[in-house]
Amino acid sequence: MTAVLDSEVMTPATKRRSWRKNPWRKPVVLEAFTWAYLVWSIVPIVIAVIFSFNNGKSDSSWEGFSTRWYWGSTTNSVFENPVFRSAIEQTLRLAIISTILTMIVGVAFGIGIHRWRSKTSVTFNFVMVFSYVIPELIFGIAFFFVFTQLFTFVDLGTSAQILGLVTWNISWPAIIIFARLSSIGPAYEEAAADLGCSRLQSLRRVLLPMLMPAIFASTVLVFATCVDDFVICNLLSSSANTEPMSVFIYSSTHGGQSGPQLNALASLMLLFSLVAAAVGFLGYRWITRGERGAGRSQALESITGL
Amino acid sequence: MTMTPEKPKVITASPPAKTARQRRISMGWAAFAVPGILWLVFLFIVPMYTIFAVAGGHLNPIFNSPVPVWNPFAWSGANYVAVYHDFVGPTSFIGPILGRTVVYVVIASILSLLIAYPAAYFVARFAGKRKGLFLALMIAPFWISYMMRMLAWIDLLQTNGYINKALVNLHVISAPVNWLGGKSVTVVLGLVYGYIPYLILVLYAGLDRIDQRLIEAGRDLGLSRTQTFVTITLRLSRPAIITGMLITFLPMIGDYFTNQMLSGNVATSMIGNVIDAQLLTTSLQSEGAVLSLFLLVILLVPILYYVWQSRHSEDSVM
Repeated sequence: MTAVLDSEVMTPATKRRSWRKNPWRKPVVLEAFTWAYLVWSIVPIVIAVIFSFNNGKSDSSWEGFSTRWYWGSTTNSVFENPVFRSAIEQTLRLAIISTILTMIVGVAFGIGIHRWRSKTSVTFNFVMVFSYVIPELIFGIAFFFVFTQLFTFVDLGTSAQILGLVTWNISWPAIIIFARLSSIGPAYEEAAADLGCSRLQSLRRVLLPMLMPAIFASTVLVFATCVDDFVICNLLSSSANTEPMSVFIYSSTHGGQSGPQLNALASLMLLFSLVAAAVGFLGYRWITRGERGAGRSQALESITGL
Repeated sequence: MTMTPEKPKVITASPPAKTARQRRISMGWAAFAVPGILWLVFLFIVPMYTIFAVAGGHLNPIFNSPVPVWNPFAWSGANYVAVYHDFVGPTSFIGPILGRTVVYVVIASILSLLIAYPAAYFVARFAGKRKGLFLALMIAPFWISYMMRMLAWIDLLQTNGYINKALVNLHVISAPVNWLGGKSVTVVLGLVYGYIPYLILVLYAGLDRIDQRLIEAGRDLGLSRTQTFVTITLRLSRPAIITGMLITFLPMIGDYFTNQMLSGNVATSMIGNVIDAQLLTTSLQSEGAVLSLFLLVILLVPILYYVWQSRHSEDSVM
């Protein structure tokens, strides 16, 4: 009854006022703002990817679809020009080797520091977090000097870049594993010990399976971080041969060069990271299937390190 | 409260000394940490010390290359004096660059917060069933290479790019502007665009963890939307704001590539560009070492604050 009355007396003006007064109204302005932000953050990248398929030589005016910047020409196609190819290979080489090393050292470190409560472990936890927050430029300079002045048996180039990337990324698995161990707590291990497991058995049969999602999520994160890394790879590269894609794009653009082939190269980088993200997302969902609280959002957050 | 299991009472009166078995277990766990510890010693602490050694070293008079001095008691102040003259005196040039760096970074940080906070707030609190979609879109830039994101803007901002075309068509400007030729606006927007994905994720994580019941309680008790937001949400998200600002502020200060790609002009040089340039000239490398130590000292307070806070939050989890 009242509803009918209300609608009868409602003029547009009162409607607007009552909409404003409704304490549970939808936050329309906020939603519009969020969409505007998302468009601003994503559309430029979509445009850049589209231009990697431009038939013309411009990265700002469209001249029809073509894959010529990817395949077909030994001078202009990123898969056939040896310079571009070498950048692609260097990116993958650095990312794969660094990820493997980072995960081996980082996971063990995370477990070790969490369980081994001592002054040393607290100190190195501090050192690890410190290494992760200092600006990458300072970090890169430290490595540049150590390899040119002290550890001169390590040449600038691939090995220096790998060592730098591993140190820079160790904190990802270490922090994520540490947090996961904290939330698991000691109960499961104690139960395993009560049931007769030795320390190593309970580690392998109880702890590691429970840590799998965290290990998996950090692998994906480290891989993507290595693919995208610029500062360390730039400061520690010795010649054009050891420039990964990120450094190649940087040195080309700041020499005033641009063109669809750079867009093609950047799109490939994007593809590598997104494939890593997709594998991470699907894999994480598969590993945590049937677990309480495991949802799409949770998987997304985990592979992003949230 | 009833859910927390009671800690078993310790019967012995004396503090439990570590038994041989416990000590052995502890050493077992230590074995896991050892590779990482050695790694950090040789590949983080030693490299950091090398910066000091180069900064306190001298130049080889023939090759004009830096010679590090490893003994701290033999460090020379020559490079520090050289950098001092970059700051003060007739040959000084760093003052304006440092000032510009601070101005750019402060403006970029504030802009980032103003843009990121509302968006993160919306996704954390109002996205509802579409949360997965919003989250995926919000996280996407985090996974996209920094260089790709800069390249995208280089395309758009060219003299014949879409931005100029759009602005000319809308009669905002009469002729295309050379956005990439050393404009402060471009560099600041580049910094915002480059670092906002990291900030927004931290803000989202912080806002998402706020207990919805507190907000509902605020509303039930008669607070208006704005009041609830200010007294509850904003206050509870303060740690996330501080962490997020630090996580973008620290790399922005050392950034040299954004500037180089979007401007490449000395008119917009930042401190990172100076250090990067010094590193490329052998004779200036030791000055670069001093300057990066200077940067490290300035940033030490925020860095230590961040480390302290992260330890603090880990403790609360345990």
